[in-house]
Amino acid sequence: MANFYTDTPELKFHLEHPLMKKIVALKERNFADKNKFDYAPIDFEDAMDSYNQVLEVVGEICGDIIGPNAESVDAEGPKVEDGRVIYASGTEKNLDALVKAGLMGITLPREYNGLNFPIVPYIMAADMVSRADAGFVNIWGLQDCAETINEYASNEQKAKYLPRVCAGETMAMDLTEPDAGSDLQAVMLKATYSETDNCWYLNGVKRFITNGDGHISLVLARSEEGTSDGRGLSMFIYDKNDGGVTVRRIENKLGIKGSPTCELVFKNAKAELCGDRKMGLIKYVMALMNGARLGIAAQSVGVSEAAYREALSYAKERYQFGKPIIEFPAVYEMVALIKAKLDASRSLLYETSRFVDIYKTYMHIAEERQLEKEERDEMKKYQRMADMFTPLAKGLGSEFANQNAYDSLQIHGGSGFMKDYPIERIYRDARITSIYEGTTQLQVVAAIRGVTTGNLLKQIRDYEAAEIKPELHSYRRILISMTEEYEAAVEKVNGINNNEFTDFHARRMVEMAGNIVMGYLLVLDTDRDHNYWKSTEVFLKWARAANAQNSEFIKHSNINDLGKFKQN
Amino acid sequence: MKGLKIVVLAKQVPDTRNVGKDAMKADGTVNRAALPAIFNPEDLNALELALNIKDSNPGTTVTVLTMGPGRAAEILREAIYRGADNGVLLTDRAFAGADTLATSYALSRAIAKMDKVDLIIAGRQAIDGDTAQVGPQVAEKLNIPQITYAEEVISIKKEKLTVKRRIEGGIEIVEGKMPCVITVNNSAPDCRPRNVRRLMKYKHATTVSERQETDDDYIGMQNGREYLDIPEWTVNNIEADIIQLGLSGSPTKVKQIESVVFAAKESKKLTDSDKDIDWLMKELISNHTLG
Repeated sequence: MANFYTDTPELKFHLEHPLMKKIVALKERNFADKNKFDYAPIDFEDAMDSYNQVLEVVGEICGDIIGPNAESVDAEGPKVEDGRVIYASGTEKNLDALVKAGLMGITLPREYNGLNFPIVPYIMAADMVSRADAGFVNIWGLQDCAETINEYASNEQKAKYLPRVCAGETMAMDLTEPDAGSDLQAVMLKATYSETDNCWYLNGVKRFITNGDGHISLVLARSEEGTSDGRGLSMFIYDKNDGGVTVRRIENKLGIKGSPTCELVFKNAKAELCGDRKMGLIKYVMALMNGARLGIAAQSVGVSEAAYREALSYAKERYQFGKPIIEFPAVYEMVALIKAKLDASRSLLYETSRFVDIYKTYMHIAEERQLEKEERDEMKKYQRMADMFTPLAKGLGSEFANQNAYDSLQIHGGSGFMKDYPIERIYRDARITSIYEGTTQLQVVAAIRGVTTGNLLKQIRDYEAAEIKPELHSYRRILISMTEEYEAAVEKVNGINNNEFTDFHARRMVEMAGNIVMGYLLVLDTDRDHNYWKSTEVFLKWARAANAQNSEFIKHSNINDLGKFKQN
Repeated sequence: MKGLKIVVLAKQVPDTRNVGKDAMKADGTVNRAALPAIFNPEDLNALELALNIKDSNPGTTVTVLTMGPGRAAEILREAIYRGADNGVLLTDRAFAGADTLATSYALSRAIAKMDKVDLIIAGRQAIDGDTAQVGPQVAEKLNIPQITYAEEVISIKKEKLTVKRRIEGGIEIVEGKMPCVITVNNSAPDCRPRNVRRLMKYKHATTVSERQETDDDYIGMQNGREYLDIPEWTVNNIEADIIQLGLSGSPTKVKQIESVVFAAKESKKLTDSDKDIDWLMKELISNHTLG
């Protein structure tokens, strides 16, 4: 009877962000579909009402079906029989409900039976599904891969695959191999073109493939014989109906146990080239990864939401020394911090989603007509911001999810360590978020450019210049002083002018910038809705101290430190 | 097998499962304003049964019929989102104050007005009155067979259907001849979720009264989109003896309403046997302590 949308007003708050007006107008091409499709909106309010009502359906399915199934899915898990994955029975029920509700292909164009929703409401759905079951959100969320087909595949391929995704077929992205994890340039899976059959065949092994037995897979493979780097890789579409891929085993994991992580064997598996040859890693994987990272950022926020709710309800109902433990400072501080980090990472998630929405939509419009100069500039600006914010949202959001799950379990005391409460599953599920689709360390590598080029600072200055209510100026003053401290740290590191030294401090600088950004976003949220003041206060207290710690480290560091940290 | 014509009977009810402290008025009657109005839960089971038949018998149409005030159109929209083809709202002051007899009379007259109906499916009972009388009475009024407490339609062949009934202490498989009335238990499968494409397509579907009452910007959408009109039937649309409708057609007279407060008086001693634990679980579920 729970509804994960209506019980979390923060979602609707972010849905109603002022920038949505622009996003919806772009996405709907000024409502050109209104007379072509009977489910297309006729104006902005109609579109927003649709998002709102559809998210209510998602919330209901999460609260009534996916959430209640999570425990049994975690216990039962998927299995492999005759080279095929069989989902846990709860997973089947979850998928069935989502497919019947029509919640596949949410962002795809209507001509392929998609809902043509912007990224923002899609990410909100992912946020809720993750709160219900962080393992299941992987299977459902892989519909994201269809975006890559929509962006880069041929029209025939789009017409062939996208309606199937909208009808409920699941997807996979087959990138990792035993010797190619973070370093995807080392991918060896071989793609050979057969002149006689006029098609490509794939041979080799993939490992750690989420939902590897999905219906439609995007496969990164080496199409150029004799090459050994990223430029020899192309992207392929494998259709399970064609056969040739078997599941050798599935991993036994710490968390997200309902999500089948497969080892795949490709034996002369027929595949279609997706997009241009040799652009597999350079272009398409990057696009896939950015989408996937935003998905993990959403998964992280969902996990934080789940952790927060478990912490709050346990702390209220658990009595010790004659009162509920939430009345003890040591406990209420933890609960407040979980909530503040949850709200901060959620604001960053939706800010990033909005940036992605705008530039991706412009990209699609550019295929239909030439963009005006103004539009082109805007596309570039938002793409830059999306690229800058995506690793922040994924990297920092997933770290928060882990910290929040840790603190929430801690609040449960001994009970949290037992299987009796959901928090032990949430804690295990949280752990992967800071590892896959690029570890936090790799998110830092992606984000550091924004630090060293000064682009992040520029964005921070934009937030600083935003008009806010007078009573919020004190928050801004805190953030201005944190920005000065951040600038000094960056200046110090840049001044040393040594790449290894920059890498050494990269995480500290990225965290500092991220905390300032999230601080500003919370202030802007408070400007729109006063209820955010508490999270803003708590977050700023925590972030100021965390940034000071990083700043102190950098201030007292010099190039000789590197040798001291190196292990022989 | 050709498609069937199915009518699902549904009722909008106050959500008595989530009763807060304002649920009852001082005079002991239900405070409808304090309770959200919902789709009667077993009518959703009935709708699912109908949609399930539609899935396996192409060409089948499912029409949802409800009697109630104007706002009952809400559950017709919900039924359409979940897969019903259309809905009919039976609404008129002449129906007000109806008990189960007058209600089933009105419903049966509305059904008689429709093209040949093969199956009428209803929830076993509504959570506000809990009488379980309307379905069976509709069958009687239409002079057709009835199968109550259904859980599953096992097969439909020509005019014969095989149905699994959930009865006290077990199940019973029965055969029946169409047309007939089926009432459905909550042990039948849950209704499928609202389909979001249907939701977006039909969310502006309204009755003529709703269009007159609201200052909706989307009224213009009705032009050329006939599916956005939810038919509203009054007493004039059905051939009925007006005396048998509403209060005058209702032999049930409320003599007195008592607000019963349960106090713990009786006690029952339980052992740790499976039977007793089973009893306790069922008791806790049925009085809503659990679940």
